[in-house]
Amino acid sequence: MMAGVAEDEEKWLTAGIAGLQQNAFYMHRAMDSNNLRDALKYSAQMLSELRTSKLSPHKYYELYMRAFDELRKLEIFFKEETQRGCSVVDLYELVQHAGNILPRLYLLCTVGSVYIKSKEAPARDILKDLVEMCRGIQHPLRGLFLRSYLSQISRDKLPDIGSEYEGDADTIMDSMEFVLQNFTEMNKLWVRMQHQGPARDKEKREKERSELRDLVGKNLHVLSQIEGVDLDLYKETVLPRVLEQVVNCKDDIAQHYLMDCIIQVFPDEYHLQTLEILLDVFPQLQPSVDIKTVLSQLMERLSNYAALSAEALPEFLQVEAFSKLNNAIGKVIEAQADMPVFGAVTLYSSLLKFSLHVHPDRLDYADQVLGSCVKQLSGRGKIEDSKATKQIVALLSAPVEKYNNVVTALKLSNYPRVLEYLDNETNKIMASVVIQSVMKNNTRITTAEKVEALFELIKGLIKDLDGTAHDEVDEEDFKEEQNSVARLIQMLHNDDPEEMFKIISTVRKHILSGGPKRLPFTVPPLVFSSVKLIRQLQGQEENPFGDEAATTPNKVFQLLSQIIEALSNIPAPDLALRLYLQCAEAANDCDLEPVAYEFFTQAYILYEEEISDSKAQITAIHLIIGTLQRMHIFGVENRDTLTHKATGYSAKLLKKPDQCRAVYACSHLFWVDDQVNMKDGERVLLCLKRALRIANAAQQMLNVARGAVGSLTLFVEILNKYWFPHSITVFFHRTQK
Amino acid sequence: MNFLIGAFKPPCNVSITFSDEGTRAQVSLKKDNGQSIMVPLFQNQESIIGEVIIEPLQGKKLEHTGVKIELLGQIELLFDKGNFYDFTSLVRELDVPGELYERKIYPFEFSNVEMPHESYNGVNVRLGFILKVTISRNIVGNIVECQDFVVRNYTPLPSINNSIKMEVGIEDCLHIEFEYSKSKYHLRDVIIGKIYFLLIRIKIKSMELEIRRRESTGFGSSTYVETETLAKYELMDSTPVRGMKNSGYNMLLIYFRSFTLQKLQMKLLITHDHVGESIPVRLFLRPYELTPTYRNINNKFSVKYYLNLVIVDGEDRRYFKQQEITVYRLLETP
Repeated sequence: MMAGVAEDEEKWLTAGIAGLQQNAFYMHRAMDSNNLRDALKYSAQMLSELRTSKLSPHKYYELYMRAFDELRKLEIFFKEETQRGCSVVDLYELVQHAGNILPRLYLLCTVGSVYIKSKEAPARDILKDLVEMCRGIQHPLRGLFLRSYLSQISRDKLPDIGSEYEGDADTIMDSMEFVLQNFTEMNKLWVRMQHQGPARDKEKREKERSELRDLVGKNLHVLSQIEGVDLDLYKETVLPRVLEQVVNCKDDIAQHYLMDCIIQVFPDEYHLQTLEILLDVFPQLQPSVDIKTVLSQLMERLSNYAALSAEALPEFLQVEAFSKLNNAIGKVIEAQADMPVFGAVTLYSSLLKFSLHVHPDRLDYADQVLGSCVKQLSGRGKIEDSKATKQIVALLSAPVEKYNNVVTALKLSNYPRVLEYLDNETNKIMASVVIQSVMKNNTRITTAEKVEALFELIKGLIKDLDGTAHDEVDEEDFKEEQNSVARLIQMLHNDDPEEMFKIISTVRKHILSGGPKRLPFTVPPLVFSSVKLIRQLQGQEENPFGDEAATTPNKVFQLLSQIIEALSNIPAPDLALRLYLQCAEAANDCDLEPVAYEFFTQAYILYEEEISDSKAQITAIHLIIGTLQRMHIFGVENRDTLTHKATGYSAKLLKKPDQCRAVYACSHLFWVDDQVNMKDGERVLLCLKRALRIANAAQQMLNVARGAVGSLTLFVEILNKYWFPHSITVFFHRTQK
Repeated sequence: MNFLIGAFKPPCNVSITFSDEGTRAQVSLKKDNGQSIMVPLFQNQESIIGEVIIEPLQGKKLEHTGVKIELLGQIELLFDKGNFYDFTSLVRELDVPGELYERKIYPFEFSNVEMPHESYNGVNVRLGFILKVTISRNIVGNIVECQDFVVRNYTPLPSINNSIKMEVGIEDCLHIEFEYSKSKYHLRDVIIGKIYFLLIRIKIKSMELEIRRRESTGFGSSTYVETETLAKYELMDSTPVRGMKNSGYNMLLIYFRSFTLQKLQMKLLITHDHVGESIPVRLFLRPYELTPTYRNINNKFSVKYYLNLVIVDGEDRRYFKQQEITVYRLLETP
């Protein structure tokens, strides 16, 4: 069916072209013999081919172009004719004798062109007459092409400043009037296309219309090219007139296209100065017009303009561009009640970008935008629309990207409020964006308040939001996310211990709400950054002011123990144990024996009660031994207790080789090189011997089991221990005795 | 044979010349046989002065009972062909009865002749002027020689020339208002006007303006009316945008008779603002062969002109409204 139509159309076009060419041939012949009468007759017949209603715009254009070429030749002929003595006025009348209106008007325009060039009458009068006469064609397609022809031939003949057709003072007004009128009429015709024909062809019609839109838009282009249209004229006449037409046509395609056209065609400087007029129009447009794209375009252009010329900036301030835009957006949203959330958010996103570009120093503007956005979103609940969330992400990412500094974004009080309207998934994405920005730019976040704010932003990652189903979350992704949070925690730093302490407390508060799945990721970095703080404190002299409230290592340790305790509840005993040991070591370095002892105790409790897996036990015991070995603050009693226990644990490991290894490792506990009171040779040897025994037993067990001699690895390892300096010293003592 | 031919041939040549032949304008006149000849042009109240030259054939004698010249204004109706009605008849006796031997010239003069009617060559009627020389003879027939001339009368610019304004339509379907700048046009005039569309609920294919000539001959029961369409001038292509319905004017509907079934109703015009689309009218009368309007020429015939606005809808139905205009011949002041 469609193919049939296309085929028919092709046929009609071919017939049209044939008719046109035939008449053009006779016309040429008449022109060659200077026969004006015949030339007119055949040209009118030739142009009659354009009267067809059967062609689509595309095909009609083809036909039109051919006629256009012929008309150029005819124009030259007319010109020669006037040189031969035929008065152009008579010619102008003569072509109007044609009975059919379409050929008549094409001819009239053609002669009109010659007439203007002859300067026998003011250009404006002729133009006015032409544009007025063209009213006779009310058929959209034919009318559009006719008027486009008129626009084409008149383009270089518009009276303008400096042009040869410049008339008196009102010159510009005349040209402007002419173009505006032609524009208005063309737009009317264009809009009318929409309402013709059956409803089922709507789609096809819209496609056809979009093919024709440039014919209409070209008028605006011509307007912008008129030298004499300066800012005042634009503001007073051109823009209001064009906008009036845009508003009155009540057609969404036209409104969208024309608004876009206005924005693209005229200079940014004009837009800036006429912002109010321009913006007032938006709320009056049809609800189905895609305002957001147009308005975004405008804001984008303005921000580019601001970026390109620094001188323009004061102008922006002067015209209060921002507040006008903000108001306009508010009104648009109000006017278009059923605009999707997505549209509103896009608008705000564009406005935010504009504000960031043009007024990077005015953070309050950005905040205002976010505030308005929140107002729009409120009452709509969580946003489900994926397009809208995408836009919100863009909206929220903009300030972060622009300032390369999350700290700035943190100052935006409305920022987190916008976040609230996102669903969890998007919230997480947003949080990742924020964290990534921090990482990339190595942003220092140095105060507790900022940390507070920051965690507010990334809370999607910090805790579960209203019962998300966990199993839906991809394990890999989850780890990735939590790792990034961990990295973020590492980035939080302030040289001032007071503030740092506050930061840590804040972070603690947030991460403790994170639930068992997150803690293993988030606690260690916090512990380590606390330990770092302790080291820093330790480097300083003991509280020079004796300030009660001052941060002391003690206080930090208290906090640490609470944090780690949380971890042990999950349970994650391995990790907790390691952290306890880390803390103990730190306490050791601070010479806080009771604290260190406490941490060890905690570690031992964990070992005894929670760590049951044998492999885990081996790792744990070695960690304990390693840490204990380095402790130097313990008094004899405490130390004995701890070492004794450690040795005890070692001997109780499940497998003989493991026992053996743990025990010989324990030998290190009794001999610390740089501490005089910790060189207990006897017990070192005892340990080693015990290890040997165990190794033997292990060997025997193997023999029994396999009936072969087992490996000598354990013995070699023990021998290795003997080679340690303390072992050798002990050995010497023994031999001396 | 020579004798025979000589017997039937008129024994003399008669010719009529005008004294201002060299300067007087000549126009073409279509004769019955379809040929056009150039004849002098006169207007009302002009004096017609000239000479009649009678030249007997070589060696012949022309006896006559008198020579006269007549100026005749004649109306000839088609249904009564050959029967001339003379509305003007002037006679000048040129010679008393006698004999002519040689060429003789008779000057004549009709001074300030009343010629209120113009020469006209219509479908059913002709109005013409002739000068007729008659050489009366006793036994053989009279010798008659005719010379046509054309009369055209000029009118100064009318002091009152109202525009034609009218609002017509079909109830709730189509309301238009049209306006022609004048009601009286001279032959080379231009019809300027505008058509306003106040309400359109039908699909219009095109709109034309026609010039129609209505020639009516005879009176009473034997009236013949002949209407010709002289011009068809397309004014508009396709349907303009729908105008808003206009309130605030009285509707006085008068039905007009028309030749087809489609009628445009007319309302008396109450001026109001124009809301819808307006279509310009500019029609040059020059290319069309118009004559002035003739009203009731000697109770024999009338020629009237009408502007007919025709709207053709999507189904090729024609709606129209006819308005009479007066056409006159403008006195061209140099």
